[in-house]
Amino acid sequence: MDTLIPFTTSGSLVDCVDRKMLVVLRDGRKLHGVLRSYDQFANLVLEDTVERIYHGNAFAENWHGLFLIRGENVVLLGEIDLDQEDEIPLQQVDYALLEQYTKKDAEIKKRREEIKAQVLFEEKGFCKEGGEGDGY
Amino acid sequence: MLIFSVFKTLTDQQVTVELKNDLSITGVLKSVDQFLNIRLDNIKVLDEARHPHMMAVKNCFIRGSVVRYVQLPAEHVDTQLLEDATRREALTQVKR
Repeated sequence: MDTLIPFTTSGSLVDCVDRKMLVVLRDGRKLHGVLRSYDQFANLVLEDTVERIYHGNAFAENWHGLFLIRGENVVLLGEIDLDQEDEIPLQQVDYALLEQYTKKDAEIKKRREEIKAQVLFEEKGFCKEGGEGDGY
Repeated sequence: MLIFSVFKTLTDQQVTVELKNDLSITGVLKSVDQFLNIRLDNIKVLDEARHPHMMAVKNCFIRGSVVRYVQLPAEHVDTQLLEDATRREALTQVKR
């Protein structure tokens, strides 16, 4: 049984606990926080969570706190290299300033996806359902 | 279960994972589990400019349900063996 431990969710996430992690959710949100717990479904507990939004070469943060994330909404869990984080060529700005731009970005992306789905359905013979709403 | 076994034999190889949101990540396959969740080390993101949030990330865990493709190193996959194993598995399922 010991040989199987690297091939489990627990085996691959155990060394990420108590580290600063990035979580990308299926709706496209990016959360930064300290991973405190997880299980086999990739349900995650994130402490001191901040949501980050990006636009151009700027980013902004919005503080949330303690999050329990249901696994089905998780796309990716990334370990943040703290040295590399200081060298990111992006500028932090006020959240309120950037929010409108990212909202517009999301709007454009959503509209493009709708058009794509429409074309696939009408001209290419794909089914209408896009699946589980993978808007990320 | 067969595919899970194939992935297990590919640990420590360089693979490229394409997600359903068109994000492609190349890295060293460190671990995989029964849901085909994938752990990649030393990652590199294709078209990093479009995904600025990935710049400071070095290792990542990808949930199996969001993967579209995994590009495997062809020289490390014995397709003939895989074909035989698939037939064998299908046969055992028919017998049951």
